[in-house]
Amino acid sequence: MTTTTRHPIVAPRAKAFDLEAWVMRSLLGLGALWLVVGVVLPLFPMVGRSFQNTNGEWAGLANYGQYLTTPSLVQSFLNSMGVAITTTLFSVGLGFIYAYGLTRTAMKGKTFFRTLGLLSLYIPPLANAIGLIYLFGNQGLVTTGLFGLLPGININLYGFNGIVIGEFLYCFPQAVILLVTALNLTDARLYEAAEVLGASTLKTFFTVTLTSIKYGLMSALFVCFILAFTDFGVPKVVGGNFNVLATDIYKQVIGQQNFSMGATISVFLLIPSVFMFGLDRIVQRRQNALISAKSVPLQPKPNPILDWAMFGFCALMVAFIFTVFGTIILASLVKVWPYDFSLSLKNYDFSSVGGGGYGAYWNSLRMAFYTAIFGTAIVFTGAYLVEKGRGLNWLRSLTYLLSTVPLALPGLVLGLAYVFFFNNPIWRIPFTGLAIYNPLHWLYGTMALLVMANIIHFYTVCFLTGTTALKQIDAEFESVSASMAVPFYKTFWRVTVPLSLPAILEIGIYFFVNAMVTISAIIFLYPANLPLAAVAIVNMDDAGDIAAAAAMSTLIVLTSLGVRVMYSWLTKGLRQRSEAWLHR
Amino acid sequence: MTYSDPSASQSLEDPSLVQETQIQPSHAPGVAAEAAARSLRQPYLQIEDIHKRFGNFVALKDIFLNVYPGEFVCLLGPSGCGKTTLLRIIAGLEQHSQGRIIQGGQDVSHLPPSKRDFGIVFQSYALFPNLTAHHNIAYGLQNKKLPKAEIQTRVGELLDLVGLGGMGQKYPAQMSGGQQQRVALARALALSPGLLLLDEPLSALDAQVRVKLRAEIANLQRRLGVTTVMVTHDQAEALAMADRIVVMDKGYIAQIGTPHSVYQGPGSPFVANFIGVMNFLDGMVEAKDMVRCGNLVLNTPSNTVPVGQRVSIAIRPEDIRVMDGAATPAPNVAEAEVLGTEFLGSGYRLELSVLGNARQPMTLDISSHRARAMAIETLESLAIQLPPEMIRVFPKEAS
Repeated sequence: MTTTTRHPIVAPRAKAFDLEAWVMRSLLGLGALWLVVGVVLPLFPMVGRSFQNTNGEWAGLANYGQYLTTPSLVQSFLNSMGVAITTTLFSVGLGFIYAYGLTRTAMKGKTFFRTLGLLSLYIPPLANAIGLIYLFGNQGLVTTGLFGLLPGININLYGFNGIVIGEFLYCFPQAVILLVTALNLTDARLYEAAEVLGASTLKTFFTVTLTSIKYGLMSALFVCFILAFTDFGVPKVVGGNFNVLATDIYKQVIGQQNFSMGATISVFLLIPSVFMFGLDRIVQRRQNALISAKSVPLQPKPNPILDWAMFGFCALMVAFIFTVFGTIILASLVKVWPYDFSLSLKNYDFSSVGGGGYGAYWNSLRMAFYTAIFGTAIVFTGAYLVEKGRGLNWLRSLTYLLSTVPLALPGLVLGLAYVFFFNNPIWRIPFTGLAIYNPLHWLYGTMALLVMANIIHFYTVCFLTGTTALKQIDAEFESVSASMAVPFYKTFWRVTVPLSLPAILEIGIYFFVNAMVTISAIIFLYPANLPLAAVAIVNMDDAGDIAAAAAMSTLIVLTSLGVRVMYSWLTKGLRQRSEAWLHR
Repeated sequence: MTYSDPSASQSLEDPSLVQETQIQPSHAPGVAAEAAARSLRQPYLQIEDIHKRFGNFVALKDIFLNVYPGEFVCLLGPSGCGKTTLLRIIAGLEQHSQGRIIQGGQDVSHLPPSKRDFGIVFQSYALFPNLTAHHNIAYGLQNKKLPKAEIQTRVGELLDLVGLGGMGQKYPAQMSGGQQQRVALARALALSPGLLLLDEPLSALDAQVRVKLRAEIANLQRRLGVTTVMVTHDQAEALAMADRIVVMDKGYIAQIGTPHSVYQGPGSPFVANFIGVMNFLDGMVEAKDMVRCGNLVLNTPSNTVPVGQRVSIAIRPEDIRVMDGAATPAPNVAEAEVLGTEFLGSGYRLELSVLGNARQPMTLDISSHRARAMAIETLESLAIQLPPEMIRVFPKEAS
């Protein structure tokens, strides 16, 4: 052993084939390609179409000129703005009081209010609109004063009022979620400091409460504005002659087959959304910087007057949401509203009405199921590669950016863009005169494309849920695995996925529920042989079969709620199983 | 391949004795000493001229380091000195900008971590929370497709080795911090790696557990003879555990040496100040073994600093002697005023102002035993001696 010779230094095995690195690179490349095809490329033909006339010839800004000089179309833009702003003020205003009650008072029944305030998340906006018809429409319970028992109140539902109430029901839970999160983030020590310094309650509210939630508040404003500005279902059902951008697009495309004008209006719908989205991203980044791990949670002190006032307010809100929801169910069970109030299931027999009946419901179930399965797998893998991947930093940044863009795309715009992109058998590459056969044309009119549109439409929220969950997992797991020569995909499967299971299921539920209730992204895309439940509501309402529309709405809501309850039950079992490693 | 033979690690001459203290890394390392070391044994890990840049920021520069088989080397330095970056480069978790890493005679500079031969323990332990201690340790073995029985035996041995026999079925969250740390250590050792990397493995633990575990880890390392590189910011930990300490500052190596040589012979004021407590007095060189501090002229070990140059002289608080009445003539005796006393438990630290040296404050450590004899509570002044052989002289950087 004393005659140890010098080891010759072996030259580096330059560029040895590294399977793991190649798997990582290929997956990242595929992820980016998926988003480029799903998000970026379809926007080109759509925006391009707005510069063409109905024959597909270059028309420059003619469509925009026509749009801006047609008073009825300009009016729609102003109407959309008016609806969006009014809805935003009501949703965020009332949502703030509701959220304040949930987080900052010692009010009773918080869990109850927290759960039921979010009920509308599971109701398609247009189902709420159907409920409003039965409450405030010409034969509505309120309008007729319970059919003469009380003095009736006519709120002139069809038009601005109806749209705002319907959008309010849609936006309110979103505002509550964002504001509860913002209010929960506050550090109790700030309030103790204010108290010690002798600040009045009012002053504390303005200097501490409002300052600390300003980013959450702004985020809620932007999100509600985008939702109300771009929604299609509510104005379609209760808009009457009050036109908004979303219904205009629908009329141009479906009614007049004027795709160029549809594309032009889409651009007008897209620009404010993208603008608000940009502002929201800036604000979100600031808010994230505010969160400190050392914050002390606030324990609200009892204050009987405030607590009971809040209780009354929250009860009123829940009562309203429930009345609308209850009315939908009631209307679906009544034989002939308003003449024969005996209960029956005859409205659930869809055979005599259009829209596709149980076939459509079954198709929607399948679509929601596929969206949940494939969407969750794609989104979570994508989030993992962006968050935990190694190397190719530029590609990971690009994937992150592309993953957040879908939030800015209104469903109608996305759907129309998909029509232009996938339906066209030949792609013309702009400015080159070149044309190639569309390799994705076969997707058009298939379930696969509907599922893809849904996945992209709801991509961003799920992606952010995924990255948030992954950020909480120790960053060194991948390093430790590498030190034991275990490839990253094994650790992904054995450790990362089990640890992220709650978030993964949450993503799946979100995909399922939204795919069940959405119409905007798929109304231009669904083929005649694949009717869908949510679209059926629109068609039944169009045909005057409002009771059937209420029945279909009820089916959708019960399905979504059923899946949510099943999820809670499932995760309860999961939580018990993982008790051993989650709690000391 | 003697480095993998545990019994050999202590039988040969301790390489750390051959490795001379290096004052400046940019200077050529002691060529003769290096040659002597090489003739005895080949280094297991060679770090040659490693540089790391993040954009314009230089995280590491001119890093040369040889780690010998079975050796326990500590990378020690304040936060931001680049020690963790260096460890991650050795592991391949971070790519260096320049230079090369040679492990076991092979240039591994461009190999991904999974192709290198090391086990690692992180500050957070990074134990998989959904797997039991047993499965955490078996994680790498299972990937090797070893027979079940063999894995079972090996995991059992490893659990016994770290003193956790019978606790294999517990989940990390059910274990204490110290136990989790041992599981992480067992997992890092499971594949019998040639190199063990420890990244601040003790800093998440309570003070008492930390002291206990650091002795255990050091014992285990010597028993297994596994070549080890540990990163720490805790000088006491480095002194207690390491065969050799690499002191790092702002991305370069300030000094390499045994704990003893680094503590006793710090190569720079930074090292002197970072390891242990050090008194510094400003002065000016009078002669090759004499420095003037104010009115006080002190004898020092002879040095090469030119006469007239401004210097700092350094002496540790425990090296200052208290003169008792017996008047044996001694150099460097001075009167000092007591400004304050601090009780340390095992002794006292006195804050002094030495008369005649422009009132620069100094501290002095004495044992409780000594303090009682001196009636320290009421003490106002005392005579102290700065033994010349304990003084170090550092030229002042022109600033």
